[in-house]
Amino acid sequence: MASRRKILSAGLGAAAAVMGGRRAVAGTAGTEGALGAPLLSPPYGQPSPYEASVVRKLWHPTSIPQIGVSLTPLQDLHGIITPSGLHYERHHAGVPSIDPDRHELLIHGMVHRPLMFTMDDLLRLPSVSKIHFLECSGNSQLWKAAPATATVQDTHGMLSCSEWTGVRLADLLDQAGIAPGAHWVLAEGADGAAMTRSIPLAKALDDALVAYAQNGEMLRPEQGFPLRLLLPGFEGNTNIKWLRRLKIGAAPWMTREETSKYTDIMPNTGGRARQFAFIMEVKSVVTTPSGGQTLRGHGFREIRGLAWSGRGAIKRVEVSVDGGATWRDAALQGPVLPICLTRFRLPWHWEGAPATILSRATDDHGNVQPTHDALVAERGPAAYYHYNAIHAWSLAETGVVTNAA
Amino acid sequence: MRLDNRAGRKHFFFEKKKQKTFGCLAAVLLTMAAAPQYGIGRVPTDAEINAWNIDVSPDGAGLPPGRGSVEQGAHIFAARCAACHGADGAAGNGAPIAKLVGGMGTLASAKPVKTVGSYWPYATTLYDYIHRAMPLGNAQSLAPDEVYAVTAYVLNLNGIVPAGTVLDAASLAAVKMPNRHGFFPTPHEP
Repeated sequence: MASRRKILSAGLGAAAAVMGGRRAVAGTAGTEGALGAPLLSPPYGQPSPYEASVVRKLWHPTSIPQIGVSLTPLQDLHGIITPSGLHYERHHAGVPSIDPDRHELLIHGMVHRPLMFTMDDLLRLPSVSKIHFLECSGNSQLWKAAPATATVQDTHGMLSCSEWTGVRLADLLDQAGIAPGAHWVLAEGADGAAMTRSIPLAKALDDALVAYAQNGEMLRPEQGFPLRLLLPGFEGNTNIKWLRRLKIGAAPWMTREETSKYTDIMPNTGGRARQFAFIMEVKSVVTTPSGGQTLRGHGFREIRGLAWSGRGAIKRVEVSVDGGATWRDAALQGPVLPICLTRFRLPWHWEGAPATILSRATDDHGNVQPTHDALVAERGPAAYYHYNAIHAWSLAETGVVTNAA
Repeated sequence: MRLDNRAGRKHFFFEKKKQKTFGCLAAVLLTMAAAPQYGIGRVPTDAEINAWNIDVSPDGAGLPPGRGSVEQGAHIFAARCAACHGADGAAGNGAPIAKLVGGMGTLASAKPVKTVGSYWPYATTLYDYIHRAMPLGNAQSLAPDEVYAVTAYVLNLNGIVPAGTVLDAASLAAVKMPNRHGFFPTPHEP
């Protein structure tokens, strides 16, 4: 046996040598006749090792590693679906580990019949699947100039898009029966912060989902396993993860997350703040070419990017390569879905001249993405959340792309 | 029960969808009447609901029995809170550790300092948040008396209640925060 193995390996070595020669001639790469990796290596498939750099990264590292934000690498992604493992994260007290067999959802308060649902119960109810983006309301801290080195992951990475599957919240509330006078729903998570937000009952009865699955599989732990709220178009933090309780009431609870946080002091109000700014407004960004990339070679390429609106579907995306002097309509790549990332593409020949590349989105309600100056003027010097202005990338003759916002 | 449920749905449809015609309304009512009951889920016991029902409303609803003083709160704060928030609650800059004290009079400036004293509109929210989320990593470990005491101490650090204060459900709900009227709902939101 030993000698046979020796002969076999010698044979494989000879084959590899021949293949090496063939590769050198034909310029191909692959197993070229040799055996590749076996099935189930591993049982849950992973990206190619050559894609190892396509990962989330921290926004700003904090002194507490369980609190903060991680960013989706938008510059490396294609189409409109974010791989579940690359979905951005925002945690207020780390990611809890929850046994789904012990997880229950309580619905109570101003209802005719409080109800408790197990995960098995929820999986029995009629399911719906919808593709929606999620965006943190703190995404794109570009109120003041950002570093030239910023990538689109840095500037727009608190943005992801998934197919979510679950139960319509309206169906669940129908089971409990809403009492007269109810207008709000308190949603509470089972994380260490028991994260809570007050949600308008109208939203809960409109298109809200209690989601247990994402992109065809059960939710990832960092996306709320085993259950999360999904409020299409609403700022990310209201989509409570690890959802365990829904309380129906007459008025908002004024939780810390809707008073101290996620509110914005507005100009010319004497320091008063707007509250319950739920909807993520129309926005777009070019992802190719984008900050940190280098264009190698002149000639044809596509300008590509993403557009989205929390109010509806994207109707139009215009692209400028001259800093906004002239605009051209980009093609919208289907499917163009409401409250969903929409991929746009524009054919382009780059012959080496410097360019400033912008995109401007319009949604089907007629909302147009504002300029930076217009947004800053409207929102004032204390603005923090809900930045949705037109973004600019600067392309140098060298092909190097930098942030110009 | 079904009639009341209809009332809730009618309110929603009028607000959200701006249904205008009687025909639409009739269609809506018909749809609602057909809302299926699946017989799935169980009715929880009162004990189960009470164990989970930790939220506190601005009017004080949900505040448990108990009481705590500024003085007691100072001791608990030193032991359980000061490591992150500083002995006087002034550590931190907003993220991830919130500055609890100061910032009065800054909200209309270009650099507002948002603290419990300068920004939070309701003292009841302080009780709710300390109980549900603090101390980080050991949340919901403080007894009601302790939460009242820490709440009183943080309010005292901000000059909102005097040193001798003892808070309970009634007196906490009666505390008037300086920025009580500092918020307004966003126009054009649902």
